[in-house]
Amino acid sequence: MGNSITIDAQGMHYKILNQKIHDALGSGRTDIQLSHVNGQRYIADALKNDISITIDGVPGNDLGIFMNGPVITVNNNAQDAVGNTMNGGKIIVKGMAGDVCGYGMRGGKLFILKDAGYRVGIHMKGYKNLNPTIVIGGNAGDFLAEYMAGGVIVVLRMFGRQNGNSSTGDYLGAGMHGGTVYLRGKSDRKKIGKGVEVTELSDADRGLLKGIINEYADDLGLDAGSILSEPFEKLIPLSTRPYAKMYTY
Amino acid sequence: MGIKSSTPYGKDFGGCGLAGIIDRSGKPVAGSMIVASLTSMKDRGNGLGSGYAVYGAYPDFKDSFGVHVMYNDAAAREPVEHLLKTKLQLRHAEPIPVKKIHAVPDPPEFWRYFVDPPPEAADEGEDAVDDLIVNIVMDINERIDNAYVISSGKNLAVFKGVGHPDAMAEFFRMQDYAGYLLLGHTRFPTNTPGWWGGAHPFTILDWSIVHNGEISSYGTNKRYVEMFGYKCTLLTDTEVVAYLLDLLIRKKGLSLAAAATVLAPPFWKDIQDMAPPKKDYYTALRMAYGNASLNGPFAILMGFDNGILGLNDRIKLRPLIVGKKGDLVAIASEESAIREVIPQPDDVWAPKAGEPIIVTLKEDKKQ
Repeated sequence: MGNSITIDAQGMHYKILNQKIHDALGSGRTDIQLSHVNGQRYIADALKNDISITIDGVPGNDLGIFMNGPVITVNNNAQDAVGNTMNGGKIIVKGMAGDVCGYGMRGGKLFILKDAGYRVGIHMKGYKNLNPTIVIGGNAGDFLAEYMAGGVIVVLRMFGRQNGNSSTGDYLGAGMHGGTVYLRGKSDRKKIGKGVEVTELSDADRGLLKGIINEYADDLGLDAGSILSEPFEKLIPLSTRPYAKMYTY
Repeated sequence: MGIKSSTPYGKDFGGCGLAGIIDRSGKPVAGSMIVASLTSMKDRGNGLGSGYAVYGAYPDFKDSFGVHVMYNDAAAREPVEHLLKTKLQLRHAEPIPVKKIHAVPDPPEFWRYFVDPPPEAADEGEDAVDDLIVNIVMDINERIDNAYVISSGKNLAVFKGVGHPDAMAEFFRMQDYAGYLLLGHTRFPTNTPGWWGGAHPFTILDWSIVHNGEISSYGTNKRYVEMFGYKCTLLTDTEVVAYLLDLLIRKKGLSLAAAATVLAPPFWKDIQDMAPPKKDYYTALRMAYGNASLNGPFAILMGFDNGILGLNDRIKLRPLIVGKKGDLVAIASEESAIREVIPQPDDVWAPKAGEPIIVTLKEDKKQ
């Protein structure tokens, strides 16, 4: 507990807030609580430390941008571009999140309890041992996984405003050329991007998914068993170079 | 040293910010509320344009048209006032009270006029009167140098100019105003000049528009409204949206929802899959009003005498969030801007692409 500190962000500009977080790290704090956050951008920007940050209030755009280590828990909704280009660590959002979350994400985990906005996971990529993972408990907007090059996105459609087999949005996986999307329930084929194949899960997929869901359920106080009680579909790209001939012929 | 920043933290990014607040019960909301909401998003703008619309600002003159005019040169006042006096009945004229502050150097002059139609025009009905006002606004903007009409609605006050939202609010004394519907905008101009007339809202009659994005179809839209006598003179794409709404809703008689569909229509591929009555409806709207559809990224808020409409482009390239608590509804670019003034909303959600959010007063103002 001696390592814990609370920073009151009421009315504070984001530059001051991030400076205070850096100051807290400098004095050896590893558990940072932020209270009265409202709209401050770039929280935990590029932090590499093995620390935890808990946020009360709605953080601003680009939460955890370029981050490579911390675990951030948001006890509320988050805005646009959560986990933008993040490289490692984990962000848990106990509400909904906005557009372009996980943009260009290269590693780490992003767990969203409720709905996510448009273009989530756009340009997400994996490399060797880096396998960025996004789990969305509700629905996602259009262009989920657009241009996806690597990593894993899981959509549950269980905890959002509209659940069940409602659409995951149009143009799902448009331009996708790597990575995997796991969708709980059935996909709407008309809304899946060209060049995306819908397949069944292999045993290896099921093992991977089970691990992800167990961690997600654990972090968000959910029952992993009921999440895994329905079949999932697996969406993968048909080609690693969908536009190979676009500019050459 | 480069250009001085008006915030102590410098300036390094952009994306316009918009906010709207309505009390559905019709109770006045303090002007300071929209200022607080908008100023929380100050970092979205760059100080080259901010503005506010206050519906319900002039209860003492609520049945007259309130014409706000900006003068870049005091000499422009005489021809404008001459026009107003000859074409209309001028009930009251006064300079708009402003506070001189360092953050707003060399402002233009602002006057407001409360005018009624001449009796012979009034006999021709409401639409003819509105046409007369529109023509006078176009006439001033097009023909009288250094004079620009900022707003021309009933019981509506619009204030805008070059500066950050807090500076503009201080300059125009927003704390002195209240209204049942308030709009605000902070600008980050990308491809048109950041000048006083180019700040948002853009207005005509009771319509006012704030916009984040770019109207890529501006040329088509501009030529279309010009066929009906509207003149785009303010050097910014958003202006045309105000005229489109006046044309579609007041002149063509479209509902708010239909007008929103014209601006952000469903894709043909989705219309193809619809069942006949719906399919015919959307096909007809696209066929009849293709020149009024907006291409490009946008989130807009439109104010009108009875409420507010929020709309995104159909692939949602700009943010828009709605929050409500009781009769109070706020729509903004960021959820934090809503929570700045409604800390514990009953509900918060992000509208879908192209889905109009229409919030009206519980009792129609015109009843």
